[in-house]
Amino acid sequence: MSEVIVITSGKGGVGKTTSTANIGTGLALSGSKTVLIDTDIGLRNLDVVMGLENRIVYDLVDVVEGNCRVKQALIKDKRFDGLYLIPAAQTRDKSAVKPEQMIKLCEELREEFDYILIDCPAGIEQGFKNAIAAADRAIVVTTPEVSAVRDADRIIGLLEANEIRNPKLLINRLRADMVKRGDMMSIDDIIDILAIGLIGVVPDDEKIVVSTNRGEPAICDSKSLAGQAFRNVVRRIKGEEVPFMTFTDDQGLVMKLKKLFGLKAN
Amino acid sequence: MLLDLGKIFGRSKNSKDVAKERLKLVLIHDRANVSPQFLEMLKSEIIKVITNYMDIDESSLEIQLTKTKSDDGESVVPALYANIPIKNIRNSGK
Repeated sequence: MSEVIVITSGKGGVGKTTSTANIGTGLALSGSKTVLIDTDIGLRNLDVVMGLENRIVYDLVDVVEGNCRVKQALIKDKRFDGLYLIPAAQTRDKSAVKPEQMIKLCEELREEFDYILIDCPAGIEQGFKNAIAAADRAIVVTTPEVSAVRDADRIIGLLEANEIRNPKLLINRLRADMVKRGDMMSIDDIIDILAIGLIGVVPDDEKIVVSTNRGEPAICDSKSLAGQAFRNVVRRIKGEEVPFMTFTDDQGLVMKLKKLFGLKAN
Repeated sequence: MLLDLGKIFGRSKNSKDVAKERLKLVLIHDRANVSPQFLEMLKSEIIKVITNYMDIDESSLEIQLTKTKSDDGESVVPALYANIPIKNIRNSGK
């Protein structure tokens, strides 16, 4: 019953690693034994986002090269029961791992874990191929910007070419105020263009920066809107039907001005 | 009243509409993945078929993948544009 989920995007900097950290933490909090694998060899970051950078002894390359057993490379997150990380190697490059090795590793991890989350590097080269090799499903992260949506479209095509059917879209860093005034593509606009199912919409939230500073996933922050959005994503991954959040309350001044304007017009 | 105000203040298009339109166009090209060789092949096949029926000016035949407004004018759709100058129509098929 275990599942391998790759979190990918094509473009860098849209929030793959942050999403992996939050969704993974959420899955563990919901009682599923979860392992996160950072496949961004040479540019690892999931370790710092998770706040586990000081605990690394062995990494992904050590595991696939047989320098250590899988168990030895699993870093247990002491804050969350059932959450583990396999960090990427920092001093090697993408070619140090092959897709077949990822498949073999994931097969081994399936016996132990409910969810195996793979944090994919940016790009469509070797690192991407490694990351998707063992995946049962995929979450494509995008932001409401032309460059990110374009790359997401390319990634969706490549996932389908590699027989990872039905990838799901995670729209990150949405700003309701900008959508409202027509300066940012809306959820519907992006879905219309990419034509895939939605798994979550995460609003732009300063708390993400704060939580990354501290190495504590925002999903634990009950006041964070982004954290709430990630909690919903986790529930949807586990098969629950959860209505999508509406971001109308954080308009503040904009809403007030609109109302004033509306009154005047009447 | 609201509409009039919209017209006065909203003279330029919303930037998100510009983004959406540009994305749609660029994705048509990205998805079609049309290489020059593909177009050359298409061109030579079209010439082969058409020359069975008419004399055409092969050197100034122009073919390209482009986009156009859909019939309802709502969306942009891909289109194959071909400009084929005809020299003479053969009536041998009659």
